[in-house]
Amino acid sequence: MQAFAALIDGLIYTRSRDLKIRLIADYLRITPDPDRGWALAALAGTLNIATVKSAAIRAMAEERFDPMLFRMSRDYVGDTAETVALMWPDKSGGDAAPTVSEVIDLLNSTSRARAPAVLAELMDRLDANGRYALLKLATGGMRVGISARLAKTAFGQAFGVSVDDVEEVWHALRPPYTELFVWGEGRTERPDPADSAFFRPFMLAHPLEDGSVHLDEFAAEWKWDGIRIQIASTGGETRLFSRGGDEVTGSFPEIAAAFNNIGVVDGELLVRGDVQGGEAASFNALQQRLGRKNVTAAMQAEYPVFVRLYDILFDGSEDLRGQPWTARRDRLELFTAKLDPARFDLSAVIAARDFEHLAEIRAAAREAAIEGVMLKRRDSLYLAGRKVGLWYKWKREPLVADCVMMYAQRGSGKRSSYYSDYTFGCWTEDGNLLPVGKAYSGFSDEELKWLDRFVRNNTVARFGPVREVEKSLVLEVAFDAVHESKRHKSGVAMRFPRISRLRRDKPAEEADTISALRAMFD
Amino acid sequence: MWIDPSRPAERALVTHGHADHARSGHGAVWATPETLAIMALRYGTEMGTPVPYGDGFEHGGVKISFHPAGHVLGSAQILLEHAGERVVVTGDYKRRFDPTCTPFEPVACDVLITEATFGLPVFTHPPIEDEIAKLLAARDANVDGCIVVGAYALGKAQRVIAELRRAGYDAPIYIHGAMQKMCDLYAAHNVPLGDLIMATGLAKSELKGAIVIAPPSAMNDRWAQRLPEPITAMASGWMRVRQRARQRNVELPLVISDHADWTELTDTLLELRPSETWITHGRTDALGRWCELHQLKARALDLIGREDEDEG
Repeated sequence: MQAFAALIDGLIYTRSRDLKIRLIADYLRITPDPDRGWALAALAGTLNIATVKSAAIRAMAEERFDPMLFRMSRDYVGDTAETVALMWPDKSGGDAAPTVSEVIDLLNSTSRARAPAVLAELMDRLDANGRYALLKLATGGMRVGISARLAKTAFGQAFGVSVDDVEEVWHALRPPYTELFVWGEGRTERPDPADSAFFRPFMLAHPLEDGSVHLDEFAAEWKWDGIRIQIASTGGETRLFSRGGDEVTGSFPEIAAAFNNIGVVDGELLVRGDVQGGEAASFNALQQRLGRKNVTAAMQAEYPVFVRLYDILFDGSEDLRGQPWTARRDRLELFTAKLDPARFDLSAVIAARDFEHLAEIRAAAREAAIEGVMLKRRDSLYLAGRKVGLWYKWKREPLVADCVMMYAQRGSGKRSSYYSDYTFGCWTEDGNLLPVGKAYSGFSDEELKWLDRFVRNNTVARFGPVREVEKSLVLEVAFDAVHESKRHKSGVAMRFPRISRLRRDKPAEEADTISALRAMFD
Repeated sequence: MWIDPSRPAERALVTHGHADHARSGHGAVWATPETLAIMALRYGTEMGTPVPYGDGFEHGGVKISFHPAGHVLGSAQILLEHAGERVVVTGDYKRRFDPTCTPFEPVACDVLITEATFGLPVFTHPPIEDEIAKLLAARDANVDGCIVVGAYALGKAQRVIAELRRAGYDAPIYIHGAMQKMCDLYAAHNVPLGDLIMATGLAKSELKGAIVIAPPSAMNDRWAQRLPEPITAMASGWMRVRQRARQRNVELPLVISDHADWTELTDTLLELRPSETWITHGRTDALGRWCELHQLKARALDLIGREDEDEG
């Protein structure tokens, strides 16, 4: 348990993704079975101990601590499990600390009523960091900034196997994943994924910087502003995966339920918008559904989702990834025809005479859900990741507005000594500035130095790490879209804002108004 | 007569040299010789009357004496005696072993005015040996980079250095320029700190595998960018709480504090059993609640001009 606790703390304090992967990989290599498998499950979010819920931890605390002292401590620490772990009297040193698998076995074999007592005995055998790890393990929410995909990547790195292979077998296995480790260490063949629906890595696109492509070689289709998802179905089960490979079936159960065909397809998840006459609504509407583990029937009705299909990876059990895009496109059209049109449609190929004509069509596109144009080589195979020269994304020209810098905050990592995150605002009708967005990119290193100096020399107030600055600097901000927001006082929210120019020449009074931003609503 | 006045006063008793207790510009100052030396270093020509530990004097019918508080070099509790009644002001204190200062001495009293910086039951400072071992292990695992330890320039920095020496680490320790004079002052008061080298201006290659001590304010600033792949450590009692450490972008939290933790605070109250306790400086509400649960008479004393965050 101490090694697991050290891993958890290491992950909490490490910011670099590569270092996180290394920490997990090192742990997986040297920790014995089945501890490491349980730990892997905890990190990947597949461990579920039914006997312990967070209410049990609160009950355990209330039994032992003065409620006022506990509340004051909880308010300060901000996390119940950590508060209990820190307040718990230290008795470690007597009984040997339990192993991860001992913890799992004890908690799995008890009842919900007995669980707090079992947990308390385990607490007495651990130090503060061990107690924290125990409570996080028992309740499932590790909160160490690790996605399932990252945990699998770390496994791949630990044993020199490809993460795609890990992905293929993952859903066929259950914690503590002993067969996975036996295979990782080269002691057996790869386990057979058998009849399970699992994630295959997406094919991604490079931005089309400047220049053009020939439409004989490349097909053009719209790039939709939703969530890229993959649907994998064996007939027996259907699962949805996000771009990172994390399962999102629970957030969109109606899609999984409606998918009545066997295969693996790639598409964009969108919300149907009434205002556009049954067409896709903007990303803003989709955000209401994002990140929800469970959705109510009301949510499903209010934000009806559908998937616009781009590509097909498997038709039945036939792997089409080795076939050219044109062949896959034909198969996709046949495949889609068999699906429920209310939930699935086809992303249309754009008919353009030549590249100039395509540019005109792109410039004229006004639909909210269109983010730009995709260009796909007609002979491109479906290859994992970003491959040069095969797929390009050609985004719509961004919108711009002149805003006034209001607050600045230090960046992280290499930028931690610079004020590099800026909150900017636009004018209200009665001459006040209200924040409309925050950006931390788009400027050169030279400009960053200048901006940092500006912040330091023009600070008017400090709020912890945030500096309020003199409202004198105009920033030209580029963004992909702007829409209504109830969360912001200004009532507007920008999508992908970035600094496009420093307008040192422009007086702050001449920056844009919020009503000018409203005029740009989709 | 004031104790640790936050504004210039005609007559001031000063418990220790930290800036929120020892301000400049007082008329007459009474403090331990070490505290006066620290004030002279910080404020220039400051003069005062030295009162060694255990010694005392009379003022307006009140007997005033200074007793070790174990917080930093020269730190003192102040005992006031009048007509058979004894009042002790702890100032900042701790009960743990510290090779850089005289250990805390419990002083029997009727009224105890105690600090409560870490007055929440979540604060238990682990043994310093464990934290130093963590630091040394991180150093051994990163010989191509360096570890930069954020530590308050008066007290914490010297304690970390002295504890590294006690753990057998005899390589040179690199320090931020702002710490040099204070380290020299400690050395002159018989606190050996070993070989110290100024880190400022050295090439990255010279700092590979080094332990560098810097004030917390320098950690996220450009100064730290001259270091070779630094791992950011912070020596502070606040590091006990994960979110606190993360907020400050700390990668290696070291729970090392010069203040009493919850157990030290409550054990001291049980040991002294004053008939009344006044709680200042920190989490007065939680320690007050604890006193209530233990039938000790207590009340919070709000002080102005105290910063309870950056030291510790």
